[in-house]
Amino acid sequence: MLKLRVIPCLDVKDGRVVKGVNFVSLRDAGDPVEQAAVYDAAGADELTFLDITASSDNRDTILDVVARTAEKIFLPLTVGGGIRSVGDMRRLLLAGADKCSINSAAIARPELVAEAAQKFGSQCVVVAIDARQSAPGKWQVFSHGGRQNTGLDVVAWAQQLAAFGAGEILLTSMDRDGTGKGFDLDLLRAVCGAIRLPVVASGGVGTLEHFVEGAKAGASGLLAASVFHFGTFKIDDVKTALSDAHLPIRRARRISA
Amino acid sequence: MLVTVIDYASGNLASAARGLALAAERQNITVNIQITSDPEVVIKADRIVLPGQGAFADCAAGLARFDGLQEAMMARVEAGAPFLGICVGMQLMATRGLEHQITPGFGWIAGDIAPLPAPGLRLPHMGWNELAFTPGAHHLLDKLQPGDHAYFVHSFALSGGDETDLLATTDYGGRVSAMVARGNRAGTQFHAEKSQDVGIQILGNFLTWNP
Repeated sequence: MLKLRVIPCLDVKDGRVVKGVNFVSLRDAGDPVEQAAVYDAAGADELTFLDITASSDNRDTILDVVARTAEKIFLPLTVGGGIRSVGDMRRLLLAGADKCSINSAAIARPELVAEAAQKFGSQCVVVAIDARQSAPGKWQVFSHGGRQNTGLDVVAWAQQLAAFGAGEILLTSMDRDGTGKGFDLDLLRAVCGAIRLPVVASGGVGTLEHFVEGAKAGASGLLAASVFHFGTFKIDDVKTALSDAHLPIRRARRISA
Repeated sequence: MLVTVIDYASGNLASAARGLALAAERQNITVNIQITSDPEVVIKADRIVLPGQGAFADCAAGLARFDGLQEAMMARVEAGAPFLGICVGMQLMATRGLEHQITPGFGWIAGDIAPLPAPGLRLPHMGWNELAFTPGAHHLLDKLQPGDHAYFVHSFALSGGDETDLLATTDYGGRVSAMVARGNRAGTQFHAEKSQDVGIQILGNFLTWNP
């Protein structure tokens, strides 16, 4: 049986972790690679880096982070933030990323999704949707870190992305992000019900029960940043909560040499 | 021991090479791993790994684009060098691929690469799924336990193959082929190089496999 994926997300700026976990054991708590190794050992099912580097001069710092991570971590790695072109994706994939998450660039030019799927395969094309509720049962797509309303309807956009060959949707509720009130379950149900692609839910978890609710609403993956960053929960706590709710999870097995 | 990872501009070659390097370290063996599209190097390979991502037809065409590469690989495998295909690299071993159009595969294992039925389930089949197999059935399964997890990403899979070629299966709305082997040719539908210790163990088993 396919297992739910618990996915910690690390925000990376200029090659350094923002809001990192304060593990005393880390030599350099600001190093995304060390943080990634902690999540790897803790049983994460995938890792996501969100590059929030503002200056274009420092954009290549993420490539070094990805390459150093892929050197020692044998887990699927998704990288998002600032990806504008097929060329940007190629550089990330060559550095060792397995999936690229695009957002504003897909809105500006939806053909980019089809081009990327054609070139690299759907499996590496994740499209991130930042959604905000506009009316009961209606959500609109926002771009540029949730600042600009594109006017696109979230469900229709998700269906269009599926038709263009996206491999996965990363769905973030801007209304819930950072609130700790839980995923927007109505949004999640609406999108999961409209497309066959796997959907990763993001934005809003504050309790273990929230992960269970997200999975029951149809999410294939459950992404969180803060609750892991601040050590509110361990990844294993989330898996235990899911397992207690009779939801399928993976426990990583270590094999000694 | 020269291990070549075939570079035909498809797939996460660096990860496959890094996975093999770690696997060799854990097996305490010395290997020279080269990512290459040079037939002159491939023809000298002791072991060959063929990764692959994307559509079957694109990968088959991509491989054919490099002069003499596929021929060198075929010749070396014919001569007995152990071969491991990963993801679409494994799919290329089949008779035909049905993605987009009908494309001939290498014909090393029987069957077509057909759409996953996965009734009522999401596609692609993406994430960690359990391996089912008979313990001790093959060297590639050494130190693995039924129920170990591997990372899958695919919408097409081997269909109508020969039961005796199937090393391991997984379940996604029905039985799905996960690992195949015939003679010195083996393949994993999942990404061994992204499957943590379980995957590294399989890569290590490949490096110590003497079919």
